[in-house]
Amino acid sequence: MKDWPLFEIFIRSKNGLNHKHVGSLHAADAQMAIQNARDVYTRRNEGVSIWVAEAKNITASNPDENEALFDPASDKIYRHPTFYVLPDALKHM
Amino acid sequence: MEHSLEEIFQKKVDNEEKIEARDWMPDAYRKTLIRQISQHAHSEIVGMLPEGNWITRAPSLKRKLALLAKVQDEGGHGLYLYSATETLGIGRDELIDQLHSGKAKYSSIFNYPSLTWADMGAIGWLVDGAAIMNQVALCRTSYGPYARAMVRICKEESFHQRQGYDILYTMSQGSAEQKEMVQDSVNRWWWPSLMMFGPNDDASPNSAQSLKWKIKRLSNDELRQRFVDMTVPQAEILGIKLPDPDLKYNESRGHYDFGAINWDEFYQVLAGNGPCNKERLAARIKAHEEGAWVREAASAYAEKQQIKNNSKSVA
Ligand SMILES: [Fe+2]
Ligand SMILES: [Fe+2]
Repeated sequence: MKDWPLFEIFIRSKNGLNHKHVGSLHAADAQMAIQNARDVYTRRNEGVSIWVAEAKNITASNPDENEALFDPASDKIYRHPTFYVLPDALKHM
Repeated sequence: MEHSLEEIFQKKVDNEEKIEARDWMPDAYRKTLIRQISQHAHSEIVGMLPEGNWITRAPSLKRKLALLAKVQDEGGHGLYLYSATETLGIGRDELIDQLHSGKAKYSSIFNYPSLTWADMGAIGWLVDGAAIMNQVALCRTSYGPYARAMVRICKEESFHQRQGYDILYTMSQGSAEQKEMVQDSVNRWWWPSLMMFGPNDDASPNSAQSLKWKIKRLSNDELRQRFVDMTVPQAEILGIKLPDPDLKYNESRGHYDFGAINWDEFYQVLAGNGPCNKERLAARIKAHEEGAWVREAASAYAEKQQIKNNSKSVA
């Protein structure tokens, strides 16, 4: 038999935190994916909310293009607060 | 200077950078991972069988709940590992086929029978104990999805070992007959547990490459020695004798020496001639085939729901 579609599973461990990718599983549909994610990824109170997304609907960046995508950020040190050397007397900044 | 993809890859590994699913990797690295992780996944789910055998015969409700929870965890471990394997570009159906056709292996320890309740203790203590030793090291493996699955698994494993030891400890405080069951069980599981770490380093031809790629972080013999050193004092608390006349502390090495492993037995069991190989595989295939109607029904239901939702959105 053909595999059920693959779902990526995201869990919010407690309110106030982001959902975080925890793994994936196969399920017939999204509802079943949530059920199964409950059983495999939250058996010890690891979550208060589950997102499931079919893997084929996720578009990922290509690691071969990492230089083009991410290198421009590395020479922009002026985006960081430590770039600005200010007098010691200055407080609360 | 131009660096080949292979050099860049090895440099990342050397720098302890993780390799992720879509990163370039040597074909042999991918193949080794698929074989190792899927073998590991198969071991988790075949490993449910010797213990599943005792769920209905657990001596109390408390023991039954614990054992049920442990066996359920192992099913989850199988899933984490199958998912990690699939990130390497192989489908679940193919992996399951490889297990059922005998093309893929699983840990040979699960081809031994679980004869008494004490075996539930010995399996948790020794078999899960050996697995943990291996898995803790694998939390630092170079392939990201595998490492993350290992971290999750290790979090769940320590309960497995403790509940096993708790079974043995309780029995070791009991009647003469119960103490004897503990000893008998440990006699049977000790050597197969040491075999779980695989052949000696000098007989393990692929180990060096796996260590270089940091798929493996410690050699078979290193892990086995750690396991022995950890386990001997735990056996003393149980008041039992580990079945090895050569087992004794070596002051100069700072480790326990132990006797030679019967590798003939190991290779026999691996080749399919262990006491339960046929039974285990038959049970897996039966479960898969008898579950077919459930999978089909779920697919049919999902399809129906989809059609319903579509017609709703059209209207
Ligand atoms: Fe496990
Ligand atoms: Fe376990």
